[in-house]
Amino acid sequence: MTQTLTAVQPGRPWKLTQKQILPDLFGAIFTVAATLAIVAISPLKGKLGFALTLIFMAIITATAISWIRRDRKAAMNSTTTVLVYIAAAFVIMPLFSVIYEIFKLGSVGFSFGIFTDDMAETSAASPLTEGGLLHAVIGTAYIVIFATLISTPVGILTALYIVEVKGRFAGLVRFFVQAMSGVPSIVAGLFIFAVWMIQLGNAYSGIAGGFALTVLMIPTVARTSEEVLKLIPQDLREAGLALGATQWRTVAMVIIPAARSGLVTAVILGVARVVGETAPLLLTIGGADAINLNPGEGNMSAFPYYVWKNLLIGDENAISRAWTGVFVLMILVLIIFTLARYFSTVRGNKK
Amino acid sequence: MSTTDGANSNNDREERMSQVTGKQGSINQDHSAAKQSVATHSLSDVASARRAKLGQPIAGSTGLEARGVHAWFGKKHVLEDISMDFFSGTVTALIGPSGCGKSTFIRILNRMHEFIPTAALAGQVLLDGKDVYEPGVDVTKIRLRVGMVFQKPNPFPSMTIKENVLSGLRLAQIKIENADELLESCLRRAGLWDEVKDRLNEYGGALSGGQQQRLCIARSLAVNPQVLLMDEPCSALDPGSTLRIEETVRELAASMSIVIVTHNMQQAARVSDYTGFFLSDGGPGRLIESGTTEEIFSNPKQKRTEDYVSGRFG
Repeated sequence: MTQTLTAVQPGRPWKLTQKQILPDLFGAIFTVAATLAIVAISPLKGKLGFALTLIFMAIITATAISWIRRDRKAAMNSTTTVLVYIAAAFVIMPLFSVIYEIFKLGSVGFSFGIFTDDMAETSAASPLTEGGLLHAVIGTAYIVIFATLISTPVGILTALYIVEVKGRFAGLVRFFVQAMSGVPSIVAGLFIFAVWMIQLGNAYSGIAGGFALTVLMIPTVARTSEEVLKLIPQDLREAGLALGATQWRTVAMVIIPAARSGLVTAVILGVARVVGETAPLLLTIGGADAINLNPGEGNMSAFPYYVWKNLLIGDENAISRAWTGVFVLMILVLIIFTLARYFSTVRGNKK
Repeated sequence: MSTTDGANSNNDREERMSQVTGKQGSINQDHSAAKQSVATHSLSDVASARRAKLGQPIAGSTGLEARGVHAWFGKKHVLEDISMDFFSGTVTALIGPSGCGKSTFIRILNRMHEFIPTAALAGQVLLDGKDVYEPGVDVTKIRLRVGMVFQKPNPFPSMTIKENVLSGLRLAQIKIENADELLESCLRRAGLWDEVKDRLNEYGGALSGGQQQRLCIARSLAVNPQVLLMDEPCSALDPGSTLRIEETVRELAASMSIVIVTHNMQQAARVSDYTGFFLSDGGPGRLIESGTTEEIFSNPKQKRTEDYVSGRFG
C-alpha cells in the first residue's frame, strides 16, 4: 500500500504526447511549404497574396488532418479554431505594428533631456538635442487630472443614481449618458469654446481644455461604472440593508468597496478615452511652446497639441519630435494604467 | 393550473423523500429502502423528543406578531391573511412547498419586502406591540432588531472576517468599546470561533460555504437583534455544516426568537418549537396550520398538513 503511494508520480495524462503532436507539426510545415509553392507558381504575388494563401491553406490542412484522424465533428472544431486564431492575429498585428512604428520613429528623438526643456527658445527644425516637451507633459497632466477630478465623482454618482437609487429619472439619465458618449469630440470642444470662453468671456487656458475633456470623460466613466455596479450581487445590498444600514451606508461601505477594482477600470477607460483627444484641445487651450505652470490662465500646451503642431511644421526634425511626443505619451499612459491596476487589485494592509 | 400544482407537489415530495432516505442511507445504505418508512415516521418522534418550550404569549411585550398579512407582487396575490405569533426564546419553522410564500412572509417581517418594486402589502406586523409598517417608523431600527440570514451565504467580499462580524455596527453607526469581546462572543455563539480565531484578518470569501453562513449568522448577532429570520439558511450546505448551524440555532434560541424557513422536514422537526405550514393551491399562499412542532408532526389537525409532513402530499 505504502509502496504504491510512494511510487505515484504527478503526471499530466491529458497532455499531448510527442507522437500526437507530430501530425500537427507536419501539417504546419506542409501549410507553409504549400503556400510558398503556390505563391511561386501561381500569379498570386506579394505579402497580401502570401497571407491569403497561408490562411486558406492553414484552414484546409487543419480540417483535413482532423477529418482523417478523427471525424467530421473534429474537423469542424479545427476549422473554427484556425479561424479564431486568424481573427486574433488580425487584431494583434496592427496593434503591434503601431507600437513598433511608434517605438522605431519615436525613440530617435528620445532622450531624458526632453523632460527638462520646452520649445520656447528652440525652433522645431533645430537639432533634436535642443528643446523638449516638458510644457506638453505639464499641460497634459493639468488637463487630464482636472478632467479626472471632475468626471470621476460625477460619473460614479451618475452610475449610482441609475443602478442604486433607481430614481424616477434613471431611464432618462441613462439615455442622455449614452447620447453623450456618442458626441464627436470636437463638439465638446466647441461647447466649451462657446459657453466657457465666448459667453463667459474666459481666455484660452488649461482649465478650459480640462472642461472640454470632462464633457467627453463623464459618459465613459458613468457607463462603465454602471455596468460594474450591476455586477454586484443583489445579495450584498440586501445583507447590508438587513443589518439596519441606510442605503447610503450600504453603498459606501459594501457596494463601492466590492466594486472598487471595476470602478478604477472605469476611470482608467475614461482617461484612455480623453488623453489623446486633439480637436477639443485645439479650440480651448490655445497651444503654447513655453511652460505654463498656471492652469487657470494663459495658453497651455498638451501632448496631442505638441504632436499636431510639429507634424504641421513638416520639417524632418519636427516630424521626429512629433513621433517622440506620441512615444512618450504612450509610455506615460502605460505607466499610469499599470499603477492604477496595481493599486486597485492590492487590498489595503489590514491590521 | 391544477396539473402544474400536482407536478410541483410531486417533485417536492420526491425531493424530500430523497432527503429523508439520503440521511438514513448514509448510515446504512443496504437497508435504505426498508428504512424509508421508518425515517418518515420518525419525524414525529424527533419532534416529540425535542420538548417544546412553551413560550407564553405575553401581550405587547415579547416577540413578533403578524396580523392579517396579505402580500401582492403586482396584481398577483401571493399571501392571504396570515396571522402568526412568534414568541421570544423559541424557534418557529415555516414549512411548505416552493412558491407558497414562506420567503415573502419572512421578508415582510423585517421590511425587506418593500425592496421589490411591484410589492404591495396589507395587514400589520407588530414588534413589541407596535406596527413596523406604521408611517414614521425608522425602518433601519426595525431591521436592527429583526436580523436576517439569507439562503446563500453572503459575507461582504471587501471585508475580513473580523470586519464582517462587526460590519453591522459600522453600517448602523453604533459605537462600542469592547469590539474584540463582541467579536469573540458573536463568533462563539455562531459556532465559528474555534475555526477562525487564528485568521480573523483573512477575507470572508476564503471560508467554506458552511463557515461563510455561520459568519453571516455571527454578523447578524453583532447588532444584538431580538428576532432572527433565517431564509433556508442550510439549503446550500452539506449535512455537516447543516448540523453545525442547527446547533447554533438551538443555542441562540435561548436569547432571541428565531424564524426559520426550511424545506427540510427533518430540520424543522429537529430545531423548532413551533411550526407553521404554508400552502398555495394555485392562488395566494395561506397558513394552513400552525402549532407546536410536536403537534404538527405527530398529530396535525388538517389532512393537508398530515399529507405534507408524512410525504403523502397531493
